[in-house]
Amino acid sequence: MKKFASLCTTLMLLLVLGLVACTSGGESAETETEVPASNEAVTETESTGETAVEPATEIVMYNWSEYIDPEIYTLFEQETGIRIVEDNFSSNEEMLAKLQGGATGYALIVPSDYTVSIMKEEGMLAKLDHANIPNLSNLSDEFKNVPFDPGNEYCVPYQWGTTGIGYLDGVVETPTSWSVIFEPDPNAPYYGRYTMLDDVRESFAAALIYLGYDINTTDEKQLEEARDLLIKAKAGLAGYDSDTFEDLLAAEENVLAHGWNGDFLVAQEENENIAYTIPQEGGVIWVDNVCIPATASPEEKLAAEMFINFLLDPEIGAMLSEFNYYASPNKAAEDILGEEFLSDPAVYPPAEVRERLQFIKPVGEFESVYQRMWDEVKSANP
Amino acid sequence: MQAIIRRSPAIRAWILLAPAVAWLFIFFLAPLVIVLIYSFLERGTYGGVVWQPTLENYRRVFDALYFNTFTRSVYIAVATTVICLILGFPMAYFIATRPQKIRNSLLLALMIPFWTNFLIRTYAWLTLLRTNTGLINVTLLSLGIIDEPLPLFGNDFAIILGLVYGWLPDMVLPVYAALERLDRSLLEAAQDLYAGRWQVFRRVIWPLSLPGVVAGSMLVFIPSLGAFVTPAILGGGKSLMIGNIISNQFLAAHDWPFGSALSMLMMVFMLVATLIYFRAVNREGGAGL
Repeated sequence: MKKFASLCTTLMLLLVLGLVACTSGGESAETETEVPASNEAVTETESTGETAVEPATEIVMYNWSEYIDPEIYTLFEQETGIRIVEDNFSSNEEMLAKLQGGATGYALIVPSDYTVSIMKEEGMLAKLDHANIPNLSNLSDEFKNVPFDPGNEYCVPYQWGTTGIGYLDGVVETPTSWSVIFEPDPNAPYYGRYTMLDDVRESFAAALIYLGYDINTTDEKQLEEARDLLIKAKAGLAGYDSDTFEDLLAAEENVLAHGWNGDFLVAQEENENIAYTIPQEGGVIWVDNVCIPATASPEEKLAAEMFINFLLDPEIGAMLSEFNYYASPNKAAEDILGEEFLSDPAVYPPAEVRERLQFIKPVGEFESVYQRMWDEVKSANP
Repeated sequence: MQAIIRRSPAIRAWILLAPAVAWLFIFFLAPLVIVLIYSFLERGTYGGVVWQPTLENYRRVFDALYFNTFTRSVYIAVATTVICLILGFPMAYFIATRPQKIRNSLLLALMIPFWTNFLIRTYAWLTLLRTNTGLINVTLLSLGIIDEPLPLFGNDFAIILGLVYGWLPDMVLPVYAALERLDRSLLEAAQDLYAGRWQVFRRVIWPLSLPGVVAGSMLVFIPSLGAFVTPAILGGGKSLMIGNIISNQFLAAHDWPFGSALSMLMMVFMLVATLIYFRAVNREGGAGL
């Protein structure tokens, strides 16, 4: 029995040691926020020629799925010898959670506007060295001073777009209101054949817009109303889907979907009946950005900046938009994209539609309320 | 030093045990204790924990919403286990009673589908089950057997189907192992003593195969209760199990403490369920023998 007791004490001791190691791990994560500063120091010494940083030969880009023409990687590798490996996420929250959980090894990430604000605040992003990104001048003025990152200090806009409704023209009438999703007629042909985004802020935004509230509301009553609406809508829903909603529309498994404009436009190549619209109540507008996590090594950071510069090349910028059908923040790429693309209202919403679009913004501590209510929506059995 | 080690059997035993103890400690006990501690802390806004003790996470676990999902998950896991047993037992019995050569080929045939990645096999079910473009509904509709597509996807039926498909071999293999060792002369003896087919099964085969049945049931029940890939794919993201809610706390909701509390609840439940099950089976085994 004595032996058992001594074993227990040894185990407890080891346990305490383990916990100490854990907490000190947490502290080191905090000190990582200073990495951008030290990176700057590195590049400074580089310019004086003391220690030259060589770019990494392989870096990982953490991106949304089907968001980049793989050909761009090949061209970049041919030009610089740097190989880019891609990993995918399907929501800002997923990407943020993975990085917060301590995932390292990513040199490039593609967060949306409101997530850039969060990551900046949490010290998760490295400051960009503009000397390595001369092509920044190709950005259109509007995107040189975005509110979430003035002066492109941490991020470079990648693509921008809107969130609305995609549908099969001819099978369903053009949806003019979010009521098609929130007040569906059980006898309508599309009942049970539509999806919503599996994304807390996007799905709440749709419900809040329909209710006429601010999509960044921090009023718990309004949010509860939106939650009840989402739960009610679940009865007619085929599922929550952020990755394959456009493919399911193209295959005519579903006939209506809440989703991002470019995805629908790409799917038009498979099924020309697919159309995109923003309901009269309005929709969401967003800007996705390429950024470098603070955890990237100086070598990875340099390689990542070279790639960001490459993306801002007019030809490559045009290639990107031709692949994913999202609007480009790259002014220089517009000449190559051509008038037909630039005048497509599904890509570049006209002024009167644009007035009805809102940006999702960070809600700070209130985020937990959104998350809890989203849990309630997803778990409910209507 | 060497002399001490040689002389003391206790020290020698400890040295031999050290790797196993270290392994259990680092990969089992330490993570478990971290989860336990986290479950009593407050969440950080965007992940992590705030070192502020609270019982709030455990109060939330018993919210009707999460508790209902939990009981639904238990129901799904129990249904999966029972169906696996009903399908797996005759399969195992059939394989175990074939000649050695055929037996091996049959076991191989059972294992072949599992050389393919689980995720891909689950996605393959989508092609069959989709409501409007799935192979099953399209075939039945075009043959005029049904007028309306059957609700095969995005519900508990699809989840249970996917789980049974995924975990069936985990039931068959332990039951097979138990049945294979069964002494055939015992069956003959029972028949000589005028036991009917049912009685032979009930009083000889079943009790002797119980260790395999118990192992198989545990191997199916535990992963089914914690499943999150199958419900995420075949449930259409609409029908959730407790595993989805837990993974969601870490992968999206940035609420590690609540995810930890849910995990603790699940572990305690599994422990209690396992103990009750073992005890019930032991009694049954005793009566049968």
